[in-house]
Amino acid sequence: MATNQYVPHAAGYVDNEGPKIVSSRFVHEDAFLLERSLATGGYEGLKKALTMAPIEVHDTVRDAVLLGRGGAGFPAGIKWGFCPPGKWPMYLVVNGDESEPGTYKDRLLMEMDPHQLIEGCLIACYALGLSQCFLYVRGEMALAQERIAHALNEAYEANLVGKNILGTDFSVDVVLHWGAGAYIVGEETALIESLEGERGMPRLKPPFFPAAIGLYGQPTIVNNVETLANLPWIIVNGADEYKKYGSETSPGTRLFAVSGHVKRPGVYEAEQGVTTFRDLIYGDNFCQGMKGDDELKMFIPGGASAPWFFPEQVDLPLEARPVGAAGSMLGSGAIVIMDESTDAVKACLRVVRFFARESCGKCTPCREGTTWEETLLRRIYDGHGRPGDLEMLLDIADNISPGPYPGAAWEAEGIEAIPFPPKQTTICPLGPSSVAPITSALRRFRHEFEAKIPQRTSIPVSAS
Amino acid sequence: MARFTPENLELAHEIISRYPRKKSAVIPMLHLAQEQDGYVTNDAMAHIAELAEVTAAEVIGTCTFYEMFKTHPVGKYVINVCTNISCQLNGGEELLEHLEESLEIRSGGTTSDGMFTIEDYECIAACTEAPCLQVNYRYFHRISNDEVDEVIADIRTGKLADTIPEHGVLQRVRQTIPAAKLAGVAPPEEVVDAPAWMVRNEPILAARAAAKAAEEAAAKAAEGNAD
Repeated sequence: MATNQYVPHAAGYVDNEGPKIVSSRFVHEDAFLLERSLATGGYEGLKKALTMAPIEVHDTVRDAVLLGRGGAGFPAGIKWGFCPPGKWPMYLVVNGDESEPGTYKDRLLMEMDPHQLIEGCLIACYALGLSQCFLYVRGEMALAQERIAHALNEAYEANLVGKNILGTDFSVDVVLHWGAGAYIVGEETALIESLEGERGMPRLKPPFFPAAIGLYGQPTIVNNVETLANLPWIIVNGADEYKKYGSETSPGTRLFAVSGHVKRPGVYEAEQGVTTFRDLIYGDNFCQGMKGDDELKMFIPGGASAPWFFPEQVDLPLEARPVGAAGSMLGSGAIVIMDESTDAVKACLRVVRFFARESCGKCTPCREGTTWEETLLRRIYDGHGRPGDLEMLLDIADNISPGPYPGAAWEAEGIEAIPFPPKQTTICPLGPSSVAPITSALRRFRHEFEAKIPQRTSIPVSAS
Repeated sequence: MARFTPENLELAHEIISRYPRKKSAVIPMLHLAQEQDGYVTNDAMAHIAELAEVTAAEVIGTCTFYEMFKTHPVGKYVINVCTNISCQLNGGEELLEHLEESLEIRSGGTTSDGMFTIEDYECIAACTEAPCLQVNYRYFHRISNDEVDEVIADIRTGKLADTIPEHGVLQRVRQTIPAAKLAGVAPPEEVVDAPAWMVRNEPILAARAAAKAAEEAAAKAAEGNAD
């Protein structure tokens, strides 16, 4: 099949006239074809990398301080360095299981410019001596899978992937793998389990991170789609050029998906650290303000797992460190804006329900806890809440993720901030993530919860 | 019928050949089984177990973990309506309700003619295009209640047959690796040496080691002088 243009083009990307590192080819409707990719500088990064020694490529990525775009924000170059030397084979697993509520960037990158991603994978494999690359695409993204399959077929045909790439001694296979619908598989050890054909349940770590013991017990690098999509640009232009964008600690640009109550929701490529949430929400190049010019009530700064922010935090820059210091995270660059009309209890219930549904069931505090959180929130929302439900909710939250919560006792002691990243009694952060919306909503909108809980009234006893 | 047809068996062998361990091919093979029969049958799981050289119980274990695998027949068209936070803010729940009313089924159910199944789905990564839904994993962005009715009508009349394949068919373009171009797939225990191109590192590593040794020697000498 020459083209596969039978499905409408991935929508959502909005050109904001800023620097373009990963979205440079999004203007072309046919950027998923090899022909267009090669005509617009595709695979130049790979060609340049092949003239360098692998370790020089690794050094360039480390110098560029390319932060992981999956959620944790760990520098990719440093993560690459965790592989034990001399243990072969090593594998690359690309995390394209984008399913964090609010997140919409990896699907765009996979559907619109799969060759850029493949090139990034090849550069990573070359730099680290990885034997095979598995591109794990979320099961529900049929078009992304087709576009990547098509792109890989073209790339194999053009000798850009496979044996003796471009006539050099560099040989690597890139295999398209696809999931079957499970949010938890986005966690890197669960992703590896799933790739091994198992139920996607996270592995206990530490002691062994995937970089030491991963796929088939071998050192494995797990990188996000957007992280790898940055590599071709970095190799072509160099680390110094990359660091000209963004701030010192978070260089470069990121794709931010802004959704919810805004005038122009969309996926924007914005410089990290320089742009603020206010720019993103109210900027003319970005979302152009709130829908119906309503007041901002709260927003989620980094996907459903992140604690909520409120209007006073709107001037924070889009950078991992200040957002972390303010008690939340930039996560996967998913920003959900909610206006005054939003019911905090309803929003909280919906996010918690998501975690209850997606809990894999491995750890008891999460499996039982998230279900109870949903049950309690559901009955509060339905008007059947009981006195003490809010305390019970916080108690369950405390079981999953111990810490000071906005109960009366804690506030009396002057403890304001919720510790973030959270402490956890579970293997992976899914359970603690379900706590984030509860604590955020209760801290700020406790009165809304209380208003929904019917008050007990004493039954009058007649004297006669 | 429920085991793989000869053509699909060939495809299954091709999929298996791409992985260092056969079990890794279980999920792609389950998709293949679903593509063949519309859902994953017990016989297909038994066949996959034979091919992957694992027990049938392991295949069932994997299969039942994932939401996309249906172990019972479902509608020809599975409609996933996203009701997660971004879609909820923009009317995803109302969309689901409308669909439930117009198809006269609740989410999770299938219409009596076996055409449609509705699912109340989690985030499908189209948050800026809310409310959105998928029909057999093909996206419909910013869709209104009237447009949903239109889509349903078009599916019934077969107008969208080219756009939306029947349930189970996920990829209509498959990855095929020509044998001559394959770099080589081997179980991890059979690979002991570093890949060929890593020797390119050696001159640089040697130079760096020499520079470091020289630096240390210089530091030592400086220390000696200081004493």
